[in-house]
Amino acid sequence: MKSTYRRQVLIATAVTGAFAMALAGCSSGSTPAPSSAGSSAPASAAPPDLSGVTLNVAADWSGAEQTNFEAVLKQFTAETGATVNYTSYGSNVATTLNTKITGGDPPDVAVIPQPGLLDSLAKAGSLIELSPETLASVQANYSKDWVDLGSVDGKAYGVWFKGSNKSTVWYNTNVYTNAGATEPKTWDDFTAQLKKVADSGVYGLSIGADVGWPLTDWFENVFLRSAGADDYDALTAHTMAWTDPKVIDALTQLGTLWGDKTIVQPGGAQRTFGDSVTEVFGSPAKAGTVYEGDFVAGNITSQTKSVVGTDAKFYDFPSVNNSGPAVVGGGNAAIQLKDNKGAAALMTYLASPEAATIWVKLGGFTSPNKLVDMSAYPDDTSKQIAESLINAETFRFDMSDQAPSAFGGTPGAGEWKILLDFYSNPTDVQGTAQALEKAAVEAYGK
Amino acid sequence: MSTSHTVRVTPRGGESAKRPPHHAPGRRRLITALIFMAPALVLLGVLVAYPVVYSLWRSMFDASGVNFIGGQNYVTMFTDPATFISIRNNIIWVIVAPVTCTVLGLIFAVLMNRIKWATAFKLIVFMPMAISMVASGVIFRTLFQEDPNLGAVNAGLVAVHDAFSPGASYPGARPGSDSTLTVASDGEIQSQATVAVGSVQNFPLVGLQTSTLPGTAKPAVAAETPAANQITGTVWLDFVPGGGGTPGTIGDGKMGLPGVTVEVVDTHGAVVASAVAADDGTYTINSPTSSGSYIVTLPASNFSQGYSGISWLGPTLVTAVIILSYVWIWAGFSMVMIASGLSAMDISLQEAARVDGANEWQVFRRITAPLLMPVLIVVFITLIINVLKIFDLVYVIPPGSSLPDATVIAVQLWTVSFGGGNDQGLGSALAILLLVLVLPFMIINVRRFKMEREQ
Repeated sequence: MKSTYRRQVLIATAVTGAFAMALAGCSSGSTPAPSSAGSSAPASAAPPDLSGVTLNVAADWSGAEQTNFEAVLKQFTAETGATVNYTSYGSNVATTLNTKITGGDPPDVAVIPQPGLLDSLAKAGSLIELSPETLASVQANYSKDWVDLGSVDGKAYGVWFKGSNKSTVWYNTNVYTNAGATEPKTWDDFTAQLKKVADSGVYGLSIGADVGWPLTDWFENVFLRSAGADDYDALTAHTMAWTDPKVIDALTQLGTLWGDKTIVQPGGAQRTFGDSVTEVFGSPAKAGTVYEGDFVAGNITSQTKSVVGTDAKFYDFPSVNNSGPAVVGGGNAAIQLKDNKGAAALMTYLASPEAATIWVKLGGFTSPNKLVDMSAYPDDTSKQIAESLINAETFRFDMSDQAPSAFGGTPGAGEWKILLDFYSNPTDVQGTAQALEKAAVEAYGK
Repeated sequence: MSTSHTVRVTPRGGESAKRPPHHAPGRRRLITALIFMAPALVLLGVLVAYPVVYSLWRSMFDASGVNFIGGQNYVTMFTDPATFISIRNNIIWVIVAPVTCTVLGLIFAVLMNRIKWATAFKLIVFMPMAISMVASGVIFRTLFQEDPNLGAVNAGLVAVHDAFSPGASYPGARPGSDSTLTVASDGEIQSQATVAVGSVQNFPLVGLQTSTLPGTAKPAVAAETPAANQITGTVWLDFVPGGGGTPGTIGDGKMGLPGVTVEVVDTHGAVVASAVAADDGTYTINSPTSSGSYIVTLPASNFSQGYSGISWLGPTLVTAVIILSYVWIWAGFSMVMIASGLSAMDISLQEAARVDGANEWQVFRRITAPLLMPVLIVVFITLIINVLKIFDLVYVIPPGSSLPDATVIAVQLWTVSFGGGNDQGLGSALAILLLVLVLPFMIINVRRFKMEREQ
């Protein structure tokens, strides 16, 4: 069980303020679409009449995100007449939700950021299976990876309302133009372009290893591409050992890049992630590229004067050994905790493209729902993020977020610490793999 | 005092009259005392006794809290390297920090007695106490950043260093990835093979920003054909803004690198001749011999990255920096405590000593210090207890990569139980260890208070 989600908190803080505000700014003037916008969507029967029904909804969103989510809920009220009360559980959703369930007073619907929590709640019998209408809608609107991610033992419980894309490589367009570098598609081209940037006198890549979490995302992206989705799942569940040759391959590939002193800006082990964004998009730029998820847009806007979409753009994490488009990411799943008509109707509503479109237009939001109209995204960058997420042949949830937190979420321990050591000493592939395996055995208990 | 007491009591009834009702009021007094103490006792029980007992109990169980594992957590504590480092660091802290704080506080307090503006000075030294520990941590972390552009301390070091030995003119320049030039381990750029006298050796370099070139730089041109006893060539920046151009060839507006030193080295490694590149990057070296071949090199001094300060927050120095920040905060506390002890002191003793011919050091050694001893011990023990529990600074200052090297028991306790480790069994064991470490000093403190009251 994970109760402490430091990583989630970091990301949430980064995203909430800046990204939402920045993108919302672009869409000012566009109000939420009035009802019956998507009458063409499948499985959207006439909304039931729920006047007099009161529903309690909880999620970890607060601030601007809460306002946007409440706009989504308001539309549900307008369609059905139900009163919906939203409560923010803050960053520690798992603990709060478990306490509420133990106390016999769970919310009707909760939106949670952890597949592990969905899994444990479903196994504990706290969740209501998706109704046939919701399931039909989910199966029609979402790719199989997302349906599987919301299912436990073949039964579907979750509607992934929000998604995030952690396979985005952000670059300073001015630096790339000056160096004559282009957006790479493959890993080899990636290193070639980084070399070009380095030849122009600016480091190709800035890494802010921070407490280690950005390094886990690097590894997950390379591993998902080099080893494939099945092995990714196996390693996530720790049925595959970290000393497996495929892990060694991925680590070797990373170590070669991280160890290239002409490409990588020195001092990465002591740099916070936020500082690495400033190194790339600040003035003067000290490096050309920084890798992390879609939330980097928020860091760029709040920390630098660079403008996302013109000075700052991203490309998809490059393909390794001809791997197809794959995305490592995160998301927030709606789950139903009380068996009543209102809650079921709300789940159906949240699975619909109309619900997602409301927030999409407000900005700072990516929907994994395939039927959301891409033109609804307020700017090109958020549209591109969503397109990469939807068009990915493979989507996998962040591995370290699914691992026991002693392994994948503790500063100074487990994967975070071992990858930090590896970053400082990138030739020690074998030692790193053994250390990871040892830590994983302790944390997974097998 | 005692005489007036007796005088007041005896007239009331004497010894015999007082004895019979003694028991009843005693019991009643006990009950009254209990009633008055009850709220405090309940609070102590709930907030101190129960958590201590429960932590002890919990420390005997594993992470899940279900399986009894006896003293296993205590064994882990001393065998697990991460936890062991935290214990080691705590020992370093206890040895260094309280002594430094007390000594500094003593020096400040004693000197303060003698200067004008003492209050202003005291205020400044005491000021850090008014800042929250977390904020102080952020200040120190920023001050000691490794990057001289971010950290003030390294910026100062680099400025001082550069004032005495200016950096290279082209830091970071290097041959392109498909160049035939080689880079020696010391950073010297060399011609791949030996160059015959009377031929041309060019040096196309990359890795420099065009905007950083000196204003005198001109577009590079091909060197003139060398005379029989010369080696000529061009040193240029082999990069065209926006890409393009052919690597290794002059043209497309590529700029020369004026001022680069070029040396001709014989097979024994001795420099036989040298020249400096002109504004268009060309150089001409007159060889001492009219035949033979040499290695042509660009010495590392042209390109060295320069001094970039000290890695303060790296694994080796991080604990020192954190202790420094602690001293910065708590020296003020010990100064104020000791100064109040000084001001309460009867100065006639010192004056008497001075009259008797003692010098200032003797006055301090023989009179002031012994009289101050009770205060010094209180300050010292308070600081020891405080240092054992240190958390905030150690949590805030180190960057992620050196956190495992800087960690202390309290931070480790939090990390293993709540900060992701989710092993509250081991966390409880660490808490008990911390309690055991603090306990003796608590007892000493309580004893001292008692003794003082009895005096």
